[in-house]
Parts: sequence; C-alpha cells; structure tokens
Amino acid sequence: MNKLILGRYFPGESVLHYMDPRAKLLAGFIFIFIVFLASNWQTLALLTSFTFFVMCLSGVSFKVYLRGVRPLIWLILFTVFLQVLFRSGGTVYFDWGPITISHNGIINGVYIFFRFVLIIFFTTVITLTTKPIELTDGIYFLLSPLEKLKVPVDEIALMLSISLRFIPNLLDETQKVMDAQRARGTEFGEGSLLKQMKTLVPIFLPLYESSLNRAEDMANVMEVRGYQSGLTRSNFRRLTWHTKDTLALVTMALLTLGLLLLQ
Amino acid sequence: MAMQVKLSGVKADYQLGPIRSPLVLNGVDLTLSSGSLTAVVGHTGAGKSSLLKMLNGLLLPTEGEVQVGDATIKPNHSKKALKEIRKKVGMVFQFPESQLFAETVEKDISFGPLNFGFSRDEVLKRAYEAAMQVGIDPEGGMMEKSPFTLSGGQKRRVAIAGILAMDPDILVLDEPGAGLDPAGKKEILTLIQSWHKTRNLTTILVTHDMEDVVRYADNVVVMEKGKVVMHDTVYNVFADVEKLAEWHLDLPDARRLQLKIEHETGKQLPGVCLTPEELADALIEVGLV
Repeated sequence: MNKLILGRYFPGESVLHYMDPRAKLLAGFIFIFIVFLASNWQTLALLTSFTFFVMCLSGVSFKVYLRGVRPLIWLILFTVFLQVLFRSGGTVYFDWGPITISHNGIINGVYIFFRFVLIIFFTTVITLTTKPIELTDGIYFLLSPLEKLKVPVDEIALMLSISLRFIPNLLDETQKVMDAQRARGTEFGEGSLLKQMKTLVPIFLPLYESSLNRAEDMANVMEVRGYQSGLTRSNFRRLTWHTKDTLALVTMALLTLGLLLLQ
Repeated sequence: MAMQVKLSGVKADYQLGPIRSPLVLNGVDLTLSSGSLTAVVGHTGAGKSSLLKMLNGLLLPTEGEVQVGDATIKPNHSKKALKEIRKKVGMVFQFPESQLFAETVEKDISFGPLNFGFSRDEVLKRAYEAAMQVGIDPEGGMMEKSPFTLSGGQKRRVAIAGILAMDPDILVLDEPGAGLDPAGKKEILTLIQSWHKTRNLTTILVTHDMEDVVRYADNVVVMEKGKVVMHDTVYNVFADVEKLAEWHLDLPDARRLQLKIEHETGKQLPGVCLTPEELADALIEVGLV
C-alpha cells in the first residue's frame, strides 16, 4: 500500500509544479499519442531523452519513478513476451509451431517495453507535480465542451474530486481494520494463495460497509447544504494560463514534428 | 492467569502511507504489575494508541524492548512469535464495531479464537460465554443474526465479545466507551471491569473521561509527547493538581468541586475526594454541611 506511487502528489517548487494543470494534461495526452511515433532508434532516443529531461525538471528523485514502474512490470513483460513470441519477420532464431522468435519480434518487444516505461514515467511526472484537486479542475475544463452533448461533466468532476478526497481516509481505515484483524490472529501475506485471499474478506467487508455509510452521510450533508445537480457553479480555484504553459505545448508540438521527421 | 507487562527504553516511529511520524514513543519505561487495571490518559497525539499497539506487536519498537509475560518483543521481531503474543494480548480498538465482517454474530465472535487454533467445540463454548458476559443473550436468536443489522451499542458488545472469546491474559482497550450513550458506556465498562476481576487479567484502558478513571482504574499512566510522565495510583495522580493543569488534563467533577469549595471557603478538606460520596463525607467532617 505504501509503495503505490501512481497518482500520488509530491509537493515541490519546480517549474512543473507551477504549470497550469490543463497544459500538463494536454501534454500528457499528446505524449501518449506520439509515443507510437517512436518506431526506430533515433525517435526512441529523442523521446527517451525528452522524458528524462522532464523528469529532471520535476525535481523528484529517479528512485520514485522506478517505484512507479514496479507494480506494472509484470504486465509490461507479459506484453513484451507476446510480441517477441508471436511477431514474425526478419531472421528467425527459434521456430516451434505458432511460436517463433524472430528479429522483428525482439525489436518490437524492445519498442513496446520502452513505450510502456516512457508513458508511465511521463504520466507519473504529471501526477507527482500536480495536486489531485488541480487535476480534477483541469479535467473539468477540458471536458466542458462535452456539456453541449448533455454529458454531466460537472457531476463527473465532482465525483472525481470526492473520490480523490477520500483516498487518505480509506487508507487510514484499511490500516485500522487490518490492525484489528491482525490482533484477532489474522496473518496477511502468508500461506497458500487461497488462504491469502480468504484473509481479505475480513478487511473488505468492513471497508465496504463504512464506505457505503460514509457515502450516504456525504449525500445527506450535500443535500442539507443545498447541493443540486445541473446548476452552474462558480469555482473557488481559478486556473490561470501563463506563457510557460504555451511554451510547454509548443515544445510538445516541436517534439511531434521532430519525431515525424526522424521517422 | 495474569501477566506482567514491562516496557524498557521503548522508542517507535509510526508510518501511514506517505506520512511518517517519528518518535511517537520517545523512550517509554513502564511496568504494569500483574492483575492491575491501569488507565492511560493524555492529550491527542501523546502516544496512547501507539503504546497500546506496542503491547501486541502491531507496532514494533525501533529501540528498547517490551516484555509481555515471559515473551519479549524486540526490534525486528519475527512474525511467527508475534502470533503467540497476540494470543495472550486481547486488543479492543477504538470503535471496534468497524472490524465486524462475518455472516452471523456467532461466526464473528469465533473468528479470533479459531485463528489462534482452538478446537471448534472449545471456540463455540467460549463464544457463548463471551456473548453472555457482554449481555447478548445467546438463547434469543442473537447469535444467528447478521452483525450488520444490529444497533451501534450491540455491535460494540459483539466486537468486544470477539476479543474476550480469545480468553486473553492481558486486555487492552482503546476508549471502549467512545460514542456510546452514558448508560451504554457505563454498562460496557462495568462488564469489562467484572471480566477483569473474575479472570484476574492485567488490563490497560485508554480513556479521556476522568470519571471513568476514578470509577474503574487502580492506576493511572499519564502520557505526554511520547513519554510516560507519571505512573501512580488514581489518588496520587489527582492529588497533584498543578501537574495535571500543566498537562491540560481534566479533573473528576467531585475533585474539581472540592478545589472550588476549598478556594471559596479557605478551608482545607481532608484528603483527595474523587467521588461525590467522598466529597460529601469530607464536607461533613469539616462541618461545612
């Protein structure tokens, strides 16, 4: 639980911390698309060095980023193996029925690996340098055109910020319930897989119960304080777009251009 | 069988998620004699809950050691040995009803003892015994009910029964009366006290209510900034009014009234009056009534 780094904010003073969340989100979206342009060594090198540059800017130590990759490493390796085993083309090194290990397969596996890791690194930069509440504001702004299509953007943003708000409480409560069950003789992370899964029931049921209760309390409190869905609301936090945000997006555009040229 | 608890030079840090609080316990030396009922008081964040967790290895010391009966908890203690200690130390957390999860009351009460490897018959016997003790009538169909359908007070009783059924030698309670109405609170604390006496346990009770301290405890431990600053009998602790004020701790109502009367009349009452009865006797003795 302490190791989950994805989606955690690290307070800091770097230039990235003071950027507009909308700019960071847009940059993130662009990055996810242009990662697929990295299909040869030059583009991969460019993208990797750019990502490392951004990671340095964030002022957070590299160890933190590596910890962010760790929980996903098996998923990444699995995808890489699928690529290596089933992709054909080029010199064949190993052939057994449908499974072939070929030159192209290995190259593709390497690309996939780098793409995954770069996406994780880049998105981690965003979540590490942006307060969750700012992220929600950014998402709200970026989604607001959808309001024309009758998408309840306001409610989605509210749901997001409420869920983010309660993550610490949930962690706190999980810890308490785990301690309580430990005191009653439960041992976590020991024994067979089935046994380990069984030890989760005494944690999840109390957590479900308390979460449902809290949700109901929360809904009541909101109603008492006059919350109504579908009304236009003013915002306490104002987002301000600076020159550096424009610069960041221009950099992303230049990067895309560079990748296209190198392809 | 009662057991002695001894902490020597215990220091500990506490970590929750990314937040790390260093030295929540900062050099605790404390000996709780076997068979005593000790109340732990102190401000929020003084380290009371950490002290309790220390007693059954939910929090391990970074320095020093904890002796529970003949077992010793040291830094880097092995997990296996901790289970033995947890079997002896029953811990009732704050708002223990949040640990209920089983389909029936009976299963929930049996959860602890089953984990500690008692036989099914033995567990069932204990579960019924513990239920009776906390005032849940096993004959009235209560044992087959889902714990989630019970009222708050009943849930609390079931949760406490779940710990009592483990038949611990040391009972540790973190504000067992919090959030209950005065009558329910009194009932719960009284049943804990009677279980403490009949089973001859060593009991440690965290509370904010000084009336509870007077009514139920023999000894008081005062905690402040991760240290035990006072450990004495209830009488002696409440005699030291200046120190208590310094720690921002309340006095029992009778004691507070006694001080006010002494201040207004200029007369010194004999002794330290902790209950209304004692105060009444003292007032009669000096002829103020």
